Amino acid sequence: MAEKVYAIPNVQTPNVPVKINPEKCIGCNNCVETCQIDVFIPNPKKGCPPIILHPEECWYCGCCVTDCPTPGAIRFNYPLPLKPRWRTKETGEIHQLN
Amino acid sequence: MGTWHDYLKAEGTPPEWPYPIKFGEEKEIETDVLVLGGGIAGCWAAITAARNGAKVTLLEKADVRRSGAGGPGCDHWCNVPANPLSRVDPDEWALQMTEALGMYSNGIGIQIQCRENYDTLLEMEQMGGKIRDTEDEFVGAEGRDEATKLMVSPRYGAKAGYAEHPDWMKPGFNAPETRTNVVLRIWGSTFKPILKKECKKLGVEIYDRVMATSLLNENGKQGNRVVGATGLNVRTGEFLIVKAKAVVMSAGSGGNLWNLDMEHGGHSTMYSRNDSSGSTDMAWRAGAKLTMMERSNPSKIATGLKHKWYTGGGDASYENVSLVDANNKVLPVTTQGWADGGAMFTFMGPIHEKILEGIRTGEYVLPFYGDFAGMKPDEANATWNLMLKEESTTKVMVQSMTEAGFDYTKDQIMNYAYMELQPSEQYRETPRGGGLFTDWNLKTTLDGLYAAGTSLFSPEDHSFAAATGRYAGRKAAAYAKSIEAGAVCRKQIDAEKERVLAPAKRTGGMDWKELHNGVARVMQYYVGGYRSEHLFDLALEEIKRIEENAVPQLYALDPHKLMRCVEDLSILEHAKIAISAMKERRLTSRALGVQRLDYPNADPEDQGNYLLLYQEDGETKFERVPVRFWGNMKEEYEKHNPDYAGVYKPEN
Repeated sequence: MAEKVYAIPNVQTPNVPVKINPEKCIGCNNCVETCQIDVFIPNPKKGCPPIILHPEECWYCGCCVTDCPTPGAIRFNYPLPLKPRWRTKETGEIHQLN
Repeated sequence: MGTWHDYLKAEGTPPEWPYPIKFGEEKEIETDVLVLGGGIAGCWAAITAARNGAKVTLLEKADVRRSGAGGPGCDHWCNVPANPLSRVDPDEWALQMTEALGMYSNGIGIQIQCRENYDTLLEMEQMGGKIRDTEDEFVGAEGRDEATKLMVSPRYGAKAGYAEHPDWMKPGFNAPETRTNVVLRIWGSTFKPILKKECKKLGVEIYDRVMATSLLNENGKQGNRVVGATGLNVRTGEFLIVKAKAVVMSAGSGGNLWNLDMEHGGHSTMYSRNDSSGSTDMAWRAGAKLTMMERSNPSKIATGLKHKWYTGGGDASYENVSLVDANNKVLPVTTQGWADGGAMFTFMGPIHEKILEGIRTGEYVLPFYGDFAGMKPDEANATWNLMLKEESTTKVMVQSMTEAGFDYTKDQIMNYAYMELQPSEQYRETPRGGGLFTDWNLKTTLDGLYAAGTSLFSPEDHSFAAATGRYAGRKAAAYAKSIEAGAVCRKQIDAEKERVLAPAKRTGGMDWKELHNGVARVMQYYVGGYRSEHLFDLALEEIKRIEENAVPQLYALDPHKLMRCVEDLSILEHAKIAISAMKERRLTSRALGVQRLDYPNADPEDQGNYLLLYQEDGETKFERVPVRFWGNMKEEYEKHNPDYAGVYKPEN
């Protein structure tokens, strides 16, 4: 059976200010309480990762990531037009954050 | 994983609002000192008022732990002339700073900052904040003092403040022995959670996720003593009524007047959307006098449409990081480091023109880079692992880029300053701009209302917010001790409740983002780089149309959106106040960022005044007060603080 397709308005852009690793996240909601914007809401299922509800209001302060008590559970994700670039001086090679 | 539509797909239904809905419900609270806004200033006010024996209540629209512009961190404790490494006298430095900032600055706040912010910093250390290189991570960095482990910042030499000095490229400029040592590097990302913890320890009653919406006047009359405030729980919609003997206003102000479209490349401004004219609007409606409301400047570091600052946006040349071209040729810009006495590159003047010309002729090849690899490794280490790691929104940049392999000893960050070009006149901010007018007690023109931090006129930075918060908390506690509670007025409360909850009663119409963008557009077009009476009138007419046509359509589907709607109404009110002030000021003033086409000349007489404006019986009134109205800063400070006890002595 084909997967159900919902009629959803265009999603807010950018909409993934952080990437949550569901394998590592313990659903403690520390990020929910840290965020000054209320980008997140707690998942109705206890212990599950929070839901990113207001991503386009994100200030990119990063406190949700830097204050997360579980290493690797949440990673910062600069939107595509804001990803930093840098150059290795000796080789001239240019890198960009993924 | 983690987005709203992920959830929808997985569960087959959108998530329900996770918090109880309490629209219309009320909570009543009584306290001695009520603090509105739990950022840096608010926390210090709450802590100090509690230490002075007051029962304290604090409302904060986010969570105090990381709220406010200074929530994520702070890398510099600026203007701390009382530190043991300083070579200047605090009173003399305060005077110098006030003069250096030009005609319009806040001499009262700066005097308090210079006299008390080292004590404030020591109290921060007492609570557990890190202010010294106790782990010896930055041995070898210039400015580090082995005896105290304090780290002096490269900002400020003897000869130059933020402004460029004509001699800065000459050999021997800003020699070590001539530096003022008035700025300390600190580990500010540790501060905010500690301040919250201290508030709790002292019994401060904290209401997180409650936004203050209005001040309550005694008997409900505008201009009367302030006897409390109302608040909205931004998760539940519950309405709070707080009765207080004294109120400290420490909420944010005009961070979002000219900005729109935060989706476009992220909200890369110096303030989050939470900083939305709240203090200005609340004080105005209560009848307090505001000043410097006409001031604005093009946003230099972060416009909201450019790259997030220091990830390549704005000026990469802070703290000794030279800007180099694609061929590693060093650009002739000041670095705000030891070599130039701390001057800040302004994207104006001859150096800027020389670089533009160099790009055109091929002398300088784009793109440019912030040359970490070209720095002495000890300095690069201090810049990357102390300054950027502790400063506000750049902490997560350090973490993300380090994890991705950025090496500050070998790499250079690409810089977009000369690709984006700036400043864009229509994207503006209000640095050192308008706010509450106060006396030497940081008391506003209303009895019972004190002000600190960004809510003050011409505010400064983190340490200014901390020191003025601490001071206002002390004064508010003393006032609260001296007086009985005043009477609130149910009619005023009901009217406010009606106003705040109106958008939640509608399910369709205009959303908060469209309204915000509409107001920002008015500001950009009519109150941008050029000003005239005709443009102001057009702006006020448009705002009137917005009030008549758009505001009644404003709708909020949940308490979060209701918070944004109420913020929009504050932004709208702030816009009106700012335009009224600009219209009344019939002069061109570079210091105020006002370029009037119809009054191209500075009026020397009016230049020497602050323009105060306020409401009386709903009517806008103006008043002029001479600049330097505060008198002799040293004498007045001492007169008003004969019993100042210095650093807090904790009981064992």
